[in-house]
Amino acid sequence: MNALQISRALITLAAGVLFGFGLSVATMIQPEVVLNFLTFKDFGLMLVMGSGVLVVLLTYQLAPRLLRQPLLDNHFHVHPSVWNRDTLVGAALFGVGWGLCGVCPGPAIAALGTGNWDLLWALGGIALGALVQGLRAKT
Amino acid sequence: MAWLHYLWGGLLIGAGTGLLYVFTGRIGGMSTVFSSSWSYVVQRPFFQQARFTDSRNWRLVYAAGLVLGGLMWWLGPAGGAPQTTAVPAWQLLVGGFFVGYGARLGNGCTSGHGICGMGSLQLPSLYAVLTFMATAFLTANVMRWLA
Repeated sequence: MNALQISRALITLAAGVLFGFGLSVATMIQPEVVLNFLTFKDFGLMLVMGSGVLVVLLTYQLAPRLLRQPLLDNHFHVHPSVWNRDTLVGAALFGVGWGLCGVCPGPAIAALGTGNWDLLWALGGIALGALVQGLRAKT
Repeated sequence: MAWLHYLWGGLLIGAGTGLLYVFTGRIGGMSTVFSSSWSYVVQRPFFQQARFTDSRNWRLVYAAGLVLGGLMWWLGPAGGAPQTTAVPAWQLLVGGFFVGYGARLGNGCTSGHGICGMGSLQLPSLYAVLTFMATAFLTANVMRWLA
């Protein structure tokens, strides 16, 4: 690995640290908090999503206007989302699972660092679900 | 200010996603790592797509950062207090399965469609968020009602 690749890896790690620390501070790593939100007992997670989206919205809008390219790479990626049957069915199933366990992919990973071994059940379930989805996919 | 930690948490999550974009140009949704990591061991063409094999290394590093971030919170603000959940194991496993299957079929989760997709003003992501919020509200309330 050259210096650029190492810097990129370190920044990616640091971005993950901020993300994981943020999920923990926001208490999203506690399934009980998520389930309380989903049963209308505590609307705090709206604030988590709102402030997170706001920062990302500003960054995604401003960075490509102020910088010719990312600081450590040669182009800004775009990831267009599409609305089709898979997105609809996938999102609906994702919601059923999230409502059942109160854990989504980010918190399942971040919780590993907090020693919450109960959530390994959720992490294993997510990994298994992703495997089965790939095995059933046509492509 | 019982809600302040929600604000800080959201800002930190946004800062992480934003930092990744400014330095590397990458869109940092979280569910793809669960498909891209399978590409290390499963040879089926689906998992060997370039979008997984080209991104699997950085996605794994990003995920390692999440674990490290959780660890820093646990050793710091949480003071090493034991973390557990009262949600039954079967519910975590079965719920997790649908989370993984659904997020990958629908190409995104709470961070992919929620933070990144809505952050880039994409209507399909907004529809996806409204869809999973609806089924999640429904499922969680039915479960609480049954309990």
